[in-house]
Amino acid sequence: MPRLLFEKTGNAIWISHLDLMRLFQRSFKRSGLQLTHTQGFNPRPSVSIALPLSVGVESRCELLDFDLDGQAVSREEIKERLNAALVSGVRVLEVYEDGRKLKELSLLKCIVALEYDAGVPEGALAAIMKLFASASLNVQKKGKNGVVEQDIIPMIRSIQAYKADDHTIELEAVVCCQNPTLNPAQLCGAISRYLPQYQPDFSKCRRLELYDGQGNIFR
Amino acid sequence: MTELLQRLLPTVQKPARYTGGEYNEIKKDPKDVRVRIAFCFPDTYEIGMSNVGMRILYGVMNNMEGVWCERVFAPWGDMEEAMRREHIPLWALESQDPVKNFDMIAFTIGYEMCYSNIVNMLRLSGVPLHSNQRQGLKNMVFAGGVCAFNPEPLADFVDFFALGEGEEITPEIIALYDRAKTENWSKDEFLLEVSKISGVYVPSFHSHEYDGEGKLKAVTVREGTPAVITKRIVEDLDHAFWPTQMIVPSTEIVHDRANLEVFRGCVRGCRFCQAGFSCRPVRRKSADVLYRQAVETLEDSGNNEITLSSLSTSDYRELKELTDTLIPYCVGNKINLSVPSLRADNFSRELMQRLQTLRKSGLTFAPEAGTQRLRDVINKNLTEEEILTTCANAFSGGWNNVKLYFMLGLPTETDEDVLGIAELVYKVIKTWQANAVNKKRGLRVHVATAYFVPKPHTPFQWEKQIEPAEYLRRCKLLKDHFYSKSIEYNYHTPDLSRLEAVMARGDRRLCAVIEEATLHGARLDGWDEYFRYDLWLDAFKTCGIDPDYYTVRGFDEDERLPWDHIDVGCSKAFLLRERQRAYEAQITPDCRHGCAGCGANQLLKEVPCDA
Ligand code: SF4
Ligand code: SF4
Repeated sequence: MPRLLFEKTGNAIWISHLDLMRLFQRSFKRSGLQLTHTQGFNPRPSVSIALPLSVGVESRCELLDFDLDGQAVSREEIKERLNAALVSGVRVLEVYEDGRKLKELSLLKCIVALEYDAGVPEGALAAIMKLFASASLNVQKKGKNGVVEQDIIPMIRSIQAYKADDHTIELEAVVCCQNPTLNPAQLCGAISRYLPQYQPDFSKCRRLELYDGQGNIFR
Repeated sequence: MTELLQRLLPTVQKPARYTGGEYNEIKKDPKDVRVRIAFCFPDTYEIGMSNVGMRILYGVMNNMEGVWCERVFAPWGDMEEAMRREHIPLWALESQDPVKNFDMIAFTIGYEMCYSNIVNMLRLSGVPLHSNQRQGLKNMVFAGGVCAFNPEPLADFVDFFALGEGEEITPEIIALYDRAKTENWSKDEFLLEVSKISGVYVPSFHSHEYDGEGKLKAVTVREGTPAVITKRIVEDLDHAFWPTQMIVPSTEIVHDRANLEVFRGCVRGCRFCQAGFSCRPVRRKSADVLYRQAVETLEDSGNNEITLSSLSTSDYRELKELTDTLIPYCVGNKINLSVPSLRADNFSRELMQRLQTLRKSGLTFAPEAGTQRLRDVINKNLTEEEILTTCANAFSGGWNNVKLYFMLGLPTETDEDVLGIAELVYKVIKTWQANAVNKKRGLRVHVATAYFVPKPHTPFQWEKQIEPAEYLRRCKLLKDHFYSKSIEYNYHTPDLSRLEAVMARGDRRLCAVIEEATLHGARLDGWDEYFRYDLWLDAFKTCGIDPDYYTVRGFDEDERLPWDHIDVGCSKAFLLRERQRAYEAQITPDCRHGCAGCGANQLLKEVPCDA
């Protein structure tokens, strides 16, 4: 099945996962690209997005699988036509004939920006680096059966912390994104729990790249 | 978008409704714009974006050179709280600029329960509430929509009202404002000039006096301005502006589909129905124009569903021609076509089958009253036989779900009429037993009753609303006569409908009540999670206003009504005649069986009514 890589930035980050699917379905229709439909009582155009993105998170590496109904349209043309029909902030970067099996997707590179309105506190950077160097780090995770403790260290492949500007520390991390999944927001959660004095005023995440288990870029 | 707002958005529900940026949103460079309009819908984004009128006028205004119209909606409670906490004034979606910076602030008002939202939105914008507190041309507040047909409860807040359909009057108003701004007129000069545009009502030019009993005694009108204001209509819908490039919301809204208006007005004249009378005369659109607009709208928006809307779509004369071309197009393009308010006749039945709408919506009837006598009183042309025949057909086709809507408290209603509802529902169940193909699946009958609200510009505009306690007694009486487990009965609590009755027939003295209630937190009254009846009762008390005056008192036929100066087309003589016929339980045949002489045809200059 063909796959496309797209980014979600600007105002579009506030569009929810379900709404984004609807938005793509309509954009295909607007661009005259007929999608195949699911079978059943209430047929829906078949599009699926790999890793649902939380509302408010920016991404440059979203994957969407789709299937055109009988038309032969070049990858370049699909990209152009869709980009003319999408909303600002959602942009197709690349179209692929076929995607790899989704179950081979395993790692995500992301940035978590920690914003300190009064400036980055003295000692915060060092303390944060030390925190993520721990052998284990339990955070609370809300699951179906209530809140459970979860050790996040095994799910972090690499992490660096640096000062992006006077008010911001950025964590650049490669984390597991499938089986098991670490929500990058949990990195900030760990800081709030163990270093409450360095809890930022605001934090935001952005996704940068996807990899398979061997660290090769995943498409 | 400000950094602050960026931080608030993750904390509120459905943030996408506050950001704008949808497909087909119109952005202009403020440098090229002379008049900026904040077009406010006094309810949430999801409701407002489903409103066809707003979409039309958004297009009409933005089609004007030098004019930029942007959208504003009422924030949901969580966002409102954040805005108050962080001192963020209400903003418009397109530019994210504060409403208080706009030249004009327009409201479209579709139902009475959003009056508190109007005042609350002005407050959240930081704009002075009262017309006479706003000096100069800036922040000129005007309003339209069906509720403007009794504008008095909002008279203190709104500078002027535009009555009737907005396609033609709105550009006239804005062009005048443009000139006023360029030539530096005073607000009074502008209001005086704008009052000369047909269909414009400036409430500050009318002063009201009351007699000892509190009834409206006299209205003094400023010299050179009209005493009676006649609503505007568009005669030729085929050539009227229709936005084929509509905004496609990026988040789900209430009616998340393309929408095509097939005609305006209603030929039926059910005596309780405000829209039925105030939207006359009847004007059609041609099937070929509609087909073209449907295809353009669908192709531009990418929607996979379209609905043919109007007050009574099955009365559209060219429904067959239109559906004959539109159904194949929709089938070929995998688009769902829905035709609401179909009747129980043969053509509709056949059409329902072609559309397969039954499958989705089930059977829905609005007989409104339980006995034929009372249905004749209200002129609801739906017989028991029609209902039962349609049910029988549907049940033998496998359907097992029916919804029935009624009103309680209609004029002349007795307990016999109330029990007539139970009787009718019982017959529906019997019909199912006789016709059902699969009895094992069981039958569901949903019955809902609403508390009758007498509305201005209808033959029932003088009627009393029954006491809330009496309404509840009738609900209970009905409930006690539902014996079958198949019935699910819901009735509205009387509070909201009582308040609606006050606002619908209210006069200027209610402005103070609305201001007081909103000051203490009344807003989003149409939403159960926010409606607070106690705030309203307190406000009535504080302002010394008795709500019963507007509800259970009823109005005398020779009394001056607060909306008498608004002419929607139907004459008072006609409404009185209809009231008389109601008391005699005499029906008035629909316009297709002969013109009943309502008077609305006089609004037409070029074509006859319902041609
Ligand atoms: S059919 Fe009756 S209730 Fe429906 S819009 Fe017309 S007049 Fe109103
Ligand atoms: S003028 Fe006659 S035909 Fe037209 S709406 Fe009134 S009653 Fe009906």
